[in-house]
Amino acid sequence: MKNTNTAILELSNIGIRLPSGADREWAVRGVSFSILPQQTLCLVGESGSGKSVIAQAIMGLLPAALPLKEGKIDLLGKITPEQRSPEFNLLRSVKMGMIFQDAVASLNPIKRVGYQLEEILLVHGVSRKERKPRVLKMLRDVLLPNPESSYNSYPHEMSGGQAQRIVIAGALLLNPALLIADEPTTALDVTTQAEILELITKLKSKFDTSVLFITHDFGVVSDIADQIAVMKDGEIVEQGSAQDILQKPQHEYTQKLLKAAILDASKEKLEDTEEILKADAISLTYKKGFLFNQREFKAVQQVSLSLKAGSTLAVVGESGSGKSSLAKCLLRLENINEGRIFYRGKDMTNQKGVLLKEFRSKVQVVLQDPFGALDPRFKIIDAIAEGPIIHGSSREKANLGALEMLSLVGLTPQSAERYPQEFSGGQRQRICIARALIMRPEILIADEAVSALDVSIQVKILDLFEGLQKRLGFAMIFITHDLRVAAAISDSVIVMKGGKVVESGPTPSVFKNPQAPYTKMLLASAPGSGVGEVK
Amino acid sequence: MTGFILSKLFRAFITLLLTVSLVFIFIRFSGDPAAAMAPPDAPQEVIDQYAEKLGLDKPLWVQYTNYLGQIFRGDFGYSVDSGRSSVSLFLDRLPATLYLGGLSLLIALTVGITLGTVAALNRGNVLDRSVMAFSVFAFAMPNFLFGLAVILIGALGFQTYLGGQGATLSWIGVLPPALTLGLASTGSYARFSRSSLLETINKPFVLAAEARGISRTRRLVFHAMPNAAIPLVTLIGLSLGGLIAGSVVTEQVFAWPGVGQLLVRSVATRDIATVQFIVLAIAATMVFANLLVDFLYLIIDPRIRAQ
Repeated sequence: MKNTNTAILELSNIGIRLPSGADREWAVRGVSFSILPQQTLCLVGESGSGKSVIAQAIMGLLPAALPLKEGKIDLLGKITPEQRSPEFNLLRSVKMGMIFQDAVASLNPIKRVGYQLEEILLVHGVSRKERKPRVLKMLRDVLLPNPESSYNSYPHEMSGGQAQRIVIAGALLLNPALLIADEPTTALDVTTQAEILELITKLKSKFDTSVLFITHDFGVVSDIADQIAVMKDGEIVEQGSAQDILQKPQHEYTQKLLKAAILDASKEKLEDTEEILKADAISLTYKKGFLFNQREFKAVQQVSLSLKAGSTLAVVGESGSGKSSLAKCLLRLENINEGRIFYRGKDMTNQKGVLLKEFRSKVQVVLQDPFGALDPRFKIIDAIAEGPIIHGSSREKANLGALEMLSLVGLTPQSAERYPQEFSGGQRQRICIARALIMRPEILIADEAVSALDVSIQVKILDLFEGLQKRLGFAMIFITHDLRVAAAISDSVIVMKGGKVVESGPTPSVFKNPQAPYTKMLLASAPGSGVGEVK
Repeated sequence: MTGFILSKLFRAFITLLLTVSLVFIFIRFSGDPAAAMAPPDAPQEVIDQYAEKLGLDKPLWVQYTNYLGQIFRGDFGYSVDSGRSSVSLFLDRLPATLYLGGLSLLIALTVGITLGTVAALNRGNVLDRSVMAFSVFAFAMPNFLFGLAVILIGALGFQTYLGGQGATLSWIGVLPPALTLGLASTGSYARFSRSSLLETINKPFVLAAEARGISRTRRLVFHAMPNAAIPLVTLIGLSLGGLIAGSVVTEQVFAWPGVGQLLVRSVATRDIATVQFIVLAIAATMVFANLLVDFLYLIIDPRIRAQ
């Protein structure tokens, strides 16, 4: 029986240096916290806040470029050995286990799962006879439906959620005192995320383990945390018990993060306008392979939707639901196999030539990855002015328009002469929005346009979308997996699963009174039901 | 998976058929074969007689179907020079070429991969840089030049002539050409295995293995190296495919009695049947090596098996 008052892990005044030439001197500095037995401490922060560096330091995995210069880390009352030393190897897995964001990538792709789990026991001297039964028992403990077949599987044969269960099994195999989880559910769909969070909570008491949980999502925090520490730019800005911080956040930054986690579907109602885009039972089937190796994949099946001028339609679904394929159909980037697409009452389904070009200039798109979407050899002004020039505008006129768009999306005119590499993700997304809007589109399709951004940036970009929509009057189709984003921005919503629409309607009624079982499950799985009450 | 295998086999067949047809076209375009076979000062009637005997007076598509028919029956024609079948001429020379090529591939693989691994594990320091410098030298060096240098050094430094020992089993005979032939591929294997291993070492699953308490040696031998070896299979396949074609220059420099030497001589004497068969054999080797690589991937990479 462990003494309930001594901390499992104690960090005192940790300082980790960044290499010279980085945007700040310290990756983290002055970080202190401790974790008591059976407690879950959530380390919350956005990208670049230094939260993952702390996890690496505790695991002794800091790269040589990031030296631990100040402070000490005590594990079970003892100072931990030097980073990356062989002594640390003996500690890992026995005293601490770690799980990662991308579970499939953290498993060796060409070895069977069973081998990789048994290896942990092997290197810690467990006899051959004991290994397999222990691994199988652990696979049952992480609630894999079929332990024996999982044991014989390769990582790529598993879903993200199953792979995360495997990695959790590996981390807890030697019954460590501390489990470190670095954004373990960020890459998962909401329903899977809910299952994994439940599993971690369950195993925590079963194995008598403390948890250090790293995340950017206050929704997740509110579901599992006992203690919370909020990080910004390498420092802890606020820490305390979960109750205190969720109910009475003191620091402005904490308040902002909390607000972003609330699912709020109370957007003001829009007056009725004319229909601008309509899809009538459209289907898209992909054909793959060659000769003897052909397969079909039905990406979109019988989807109908209607978009009113100046309104926003959210398309919500988990990965593989066909929502991005639907966007490609609407942009006429894929030729649909069935159904019709109408733009202002005109049939665009098989339109070619001038009319298609005109349609394309009226429908613009903003994509998820702001890093891949801009050509690194184009100056910002050239990237934005390219569209109008292609459609016949003079360079001077296009450049003027581009400058105007830059100020509209909140960037300075000086940005015009710079290259994409010099901008952050949020700024690049603003540039992409400017590039789309300079065409004066009537419809803007945003495909997961804020998913790659930190929550506080996300809020700003969503505000930008809304403000610009009010000013310029375009309609939006907003494709997202994030229910909070959909609730915040849309007037109506369609929920997709397996290429089909399972529910559609005005946003407030779908979110407050969902009809389809799948929508109900999505909403129930969305993390942070506890956060809403703080409002 | 059966679909995968069938489609690969079908593609290989199509490639071979295309090669056979291209060889037919090129040889017909390179001049009148009858005129080439007849003595230089033969009158037109003699050339016409040759043409008739060889079926060259028939329409082109008849010639083509006849040609395809012969190939499917395994009849690749006879050398005008010696009167022997081109296949038997080729088979006479094949062991020498395989011996030379196989040994040089063995050298390239062991030396190259060892150097690449050492370089990757010592990234950025003197050892790494020397290996990389060597590998650039190795594949920048043309083998006709390096071969001559070897012969020169042997002659001046050791009073031994290394340029014409024949296809003997003696080390002194086979090593100089094998080293010359293997040098360039040693360079590419070193470079390729270095970058592949470096890429794999930095993969998340290797870090995750460290987090599971797996030791450095075990991470390297059981996790990083098997994964890093996968792209090398493609390179080995290319080497196997080029086993016959790759040694033409080296065989010439060292007077090695292999297929390459036969090819050069047959081209010089316009021995069409022999040239044709060697070209086909070179193409077939490449096609089969590619097929072998595809099937090897099925065995070593479970992800491809799943598709």
